[in-house]
Amino acid sequence: MSKLESKIPAGPLAEKWTNYKATQKLVNPANKRRLDVIVVGTGLAGGAAAATLGELGFNVINFCIQDSPRRAHSIAAQGGINAAKNYQNDGDSVYRLFYDTIKGGDYRAREANVYRLAEVSNNIIDQCVAQGVPFAREYGGLLDNRSFGGAQVSRTFYAKGQTGQQLLLGAYSSLMRQVNKGKVDLRTRYEMLDVVIVDGRARGVIMRNLVTGGIERFAAHAVVIATGGYGNVFFLSTNAMASNGSAAVQCYRKGAYFANPAYAQIHPTCIPVHGEFQSKLTLMSESLRNDGRIWVPKKKEDAEAIRAGKLKPTQIKEEDRDYYLERRYPAFGNLVPRDVASRAAKERCDAGYGVGTGLAVYLDFSDAIKRLGRAAVEARYGNLFQMYEKIVDDNPYETPMMIYPASHYTMGGIWVDYELQTTIPGLFAIGEANFSDHGANRLGASALMQGLADGYFVLPYTIQNYLSDQIQVPRFSTDLPEFAEAEKAVKARIDRLMAIKGKQSVDSLHKKLGRIMSDYVGMGRNKAGLEKALVEIEKIKKEFYSDLRIPGDAYSLNVELEKALRLEDFIEIGKLMAVDAMHREESCGGHFREEHQTEEGEAKRNDEQFMYVGCWEYKGDDQMPELHKEELNYEFVKVQQRNYKQ
Amino acid sequence: MWLTNSSIGRKVVMSVSGLFLVLFLTFHMCMNLALVFSPEAYNAICGFLGARWYTLALTAVLAAGFFVHIIYAFWLTYQNRKARGNDRYAVNVRQKDVEWSSKNMLVLGIIVILFLVLHMAQFWYKMQLNELLHVDTTVNPHDGSYLVITTFQNPVMVALYVIWLAALWFHLTHGFWSAMQTIGINNAVWFNRWKVIGNVFTTIICLGFAFVAVALYIQYGIQGMDVPQMAH
Amino acid sequence: MEKTIDLTLKVWRQRDRKSKGQFETYNVKGISTDSSFLEMLDVLNEQLINEGKEPVVFDHDCREGICGMCSLYINGHPHGPDSAITTCQLHMRKFNNGDTITIEPWRSAGFPVIRDLMVDRTAYDQIIAAGGYTSINVGGAQDANAILIPKTDADEAMDSASCIGCGACVAACKNGSAMLFVSAKVSQLALLPQGRVEAARRARAMVAKMDELGFGNCTNTGACAAECPKSVSLSNIARLNREFIKAKFQE
Repeated sequence: MSKLESKIPAGPLAEKWTNYKATQKLVNPANKRRLDVIVVGTGLAGGAAAATLGELGFNVINFCIQDSPRRAHSIAAQGGINAAKNYQNDGDSVYRLFYDTIKGGDYRAREANVYRLAEVSNNIIDQCVAQGVPFAREYGGLLDNRSFGGAQVSRTFYAKGQTGQQLLLGAYSSLMRQVNKGKVDLRTRYEMLDVVIVDGRARGVIMRNLVTGGIERFAAHAVVIATGGYGNVFFLSTNAMASNGSAAVQCYRKGAYFANPAYAQIHPTCIPVHGEFQSKLTLMSESLRNDGRIWVPKKKEDAEAIRAGKLKPTQIKEEDRDYYLERRYPAFGNLVPRDVASRAAKERCDAGYGVGTGLAVYLDFSDAIKRLGRAAVEARYGNLFQMYEKIVDDNPYETPMMIYPASHYTMGGIWVDYELQTTIPGLFAIGEANFSDHGANRLGASALMQGLADGYFVLPYTIQNYLSDQIQVPRFSTDLPEFAEAEKAVKARIDRLMAIKGKQSVDSLHKKLGRIMSDYVGMGRNKAGLEKALVEIEKIKKEFYSDLRIPGDAYSLNVELEKALRLEDFIEIGKLMAVDAMHREESCGGHFREEHQTEEGEAKRNDEQFMYVGCWEYKGDDQMPELHKEELNYEFVKVQQRNYKQ
Repeated sequence: MWLTNSSIGRKVVMSVSGLFLVLFLTFHMCMNLALVFSPEAYNAICGFLGARWYTLALTAVLAAGFFVHIIYAFWLTYQNRKARGNDRYAVNVRQKDVEWSSKNMLVLGIIVILFLVLHMAQFWYKMQLNELLHVDTTVNPHDGSYLVITTFQNPVMVALYVIWLAALWFHLTHGFWSAMQTIGINNAVWFNRWKVIGNVFTTIICLGFAFVAVALYIQYGIQGMDVPQMAH
Repeated sequence: MEKTIDLTLKVWRQRDRKSKGQFETYNVKGISTDSSFLEMLDVLNEQLINEGKEPVVFDHDCREGICGMCSLYINGHPHGPDSAITTCQLHMRKFNNGDTITIEPWRSAGFPVIRDLMVDRTAYDQIIAAGGYTSINVGGAQDANAILIPKTDADEAMDSASCIGCGACVAACKNGSAMLFVSAKVSQLALLPQGRVEAARRARAMVAKMDELGFGNCTNTGACAAECPKSVSLSNIARLNREFIKAKFQE
């Protein structure tokens, strides 16, 4: 299994990254000018990578699906970014951040990668402050921190409830500086449709210009995928409307392995679904769990009365409320990791204690308001409360918020080695698009950390190890037959979809797929359900190819065509998720198999058999993918059952 | 030159010239007040100013101020309309918190200019210019008080001037704080302070002018006081 | 419990930048008052697709009010009649059964129409590229706590930095001026010691680019701040003016 060489450097954990940097090959400044790198995506990972590669002297072509890099969906992250600064003197350290992340990921992540992440986390904060990111500060002028799920220290840096926005704008401003210098060629409103492989190496991409509808070719010495996750496979998710998994699927179809597709994170604190026309779900920051208490009525009849509109939550007496997280997990209480909180909410609602439509629980601030005063609560969460009120038309200062879990983040993604290179040489994947650092579950405020770590501090080093032996390779022409062939295939794919001329819109089919995914491949999974999902996904695929309707022209601005191409790839991902979920006969992190739980209903891992990364190789459209395993060796931490009770 | 080729520079020119004109109005209003209480005093001031070299120099500066303010106004408006694009909105709503005057400064300015032409023909032409070039020998250029009082014996004139002053009031209430904002001496705290100061100041100026016109009409138009006339 | 309404929509349709656009009238029925404005447009588009027509093109992405992608000039207001929100956060409970809603694109020479309600806002990126950053490379930063920053300054910088670059300020301004956008970025960086270093250079470069791109002159009507979905304050414009004038006198 030479392809799955993880390339973890030798030596003690704390010295691996230092050793790597000391011995890796670099590219000298004159040669950097002769090397081109394509970066697809402009979020925290892509934007940071494009800017940094530009600063180093490489020629970067950077693509963005929106009209501006500043709109990448990293912008929506609210709560914060973790770093092991230990500014609060509460016992934090690089090792502790590493340990919490490994444990939070339910021992399904690679030790060396996670340690490196914890190591560079401190540099990220320094870098962002230097960029002018207005992090929250104390009156003394020092940076402030808050606590987040899965940690017992306060290590989360934040900028109001808009941390992702501020970090992204920092990366964006660095990127625009390079654009101004001519080092980055920025192309907005472009979507990737294929990766071009020449002599076994990634050498370019086929892009669709979303304004003209034209299919265009771009060549480079290396290709970096930073296109985020595939959470929109559920149709309803906290992801942006344009967030998609297509770039990852294209790499997968061209031979890159897809790792751990089943690891999808369902975020516990989202605004519940209101109706049939709903297009997306809105996240309420995890930071709310710092001061909010989650509960449902203790008595079923109270829950029923609330659902019928006969009782108000404020009328339920304290002793009749079930603060189920505090009850089940006394040590972490409302701050248990996301997978645990989500499952607990689902468990209560499935048992008939849900409020609202029946699929909602309360997040109550009345205690916090009593303890801290309304002004203090407003200062901390004012903008979130305002957002909630605009959407739901309820005042969370007076009546508890209603929340329910929703698809939020995907830990799975393109398999990469320690250098963030995929199984295709010259093809790299960073940020949410890769599988690497979060194992089976991601902790809050770690996505921003990973995206920026990959973009600013990891990829710009590791990519040079690859590019150093490319300096003799002259610039590629996009007239190579490989490019012509890839373009032809892309056009054939588009023409095929346009020619269907059926009756159903893309969205109506996507909703069907989403329902299957949430019902059978969502928070709770079992063998029968997954088998059913595979059958149903196959049916949708047939419907898609026989009854899809795309109005308009193929080679002009066509939003429906964009969505159709993405849905085609989501169907592939849906299948992959179900296959992976079925094969993994254990529960871990975001993957919960109902057959594998403890008597108390907690996730039960099977380390004997499943302590590996499940990597899937594409074997053709109608074939089952082939499984490859990257064994995970825990040399430095003691693997144990996750416990948030004590 | 940044005062012509940058948007902020052009606005600085508008602001500074505008504030200069406000200063002139303040002086003019104070001088007018004298007329209500003593026509002789008024004539004395006129005599002191008259067609002396320093007054002529100041008049030239004043004219330049007007000229710059007006030219820039048309220039900026032309650019602003171009920046708006070819298609106009089908629905236009004035936002709450947005002053009506702020969106109609050019229109208000044009009203002010039109009356200014009338005003110049009525007074400046017959006084300073007359003194200098003897353009109208039927009028005694040194007897400003007679000219003004006889003008405001006519209620139509009083009404016209009050309308003019109303337009001026609207123009200045926006113009004053806007000038402070443009030259950068504004912030969240001073925002409302400048607005209040501007409104109070503008109201004093406009009421001052209106008071003179109305008082003269009452004194000489209604009560029929004798109009004092300077001997030739 | 759920309330529904029927609406008449007057929607601007325009093929491309050069074509002449016009309003088309559509009826939508049974819209839940709990749905968002964009979900209402999704319903319209589903209806159009089912009729074999081309759906209305409009920009949108995060649908939670932070990416700045959605635009739409609704009944005379950028982002609609509700205050301090983006179009995607506007909910149909703000409308009544039988209402006629006029939906137009941002109209400004700086933001040409791409199709229907979608406009080109790359001018904003060009302004940021001209100087909306601190000129530091990755790697050289000192410890994040090395420079103390007064909380009030950090908070004020954060307020300025909350701009989402949606373009509502230009759309609302009768002069098509981009001053609120530019001033928000200049203010954020001028307020922080890290950005102070090149404050003068930044103000000059960004204003020059803004002027070059054909945005209008600010006449302080305040319509921008009144319509800004993030309530970015006019005091930023005063600060930009101050920074710019200072920079010019330093030249």
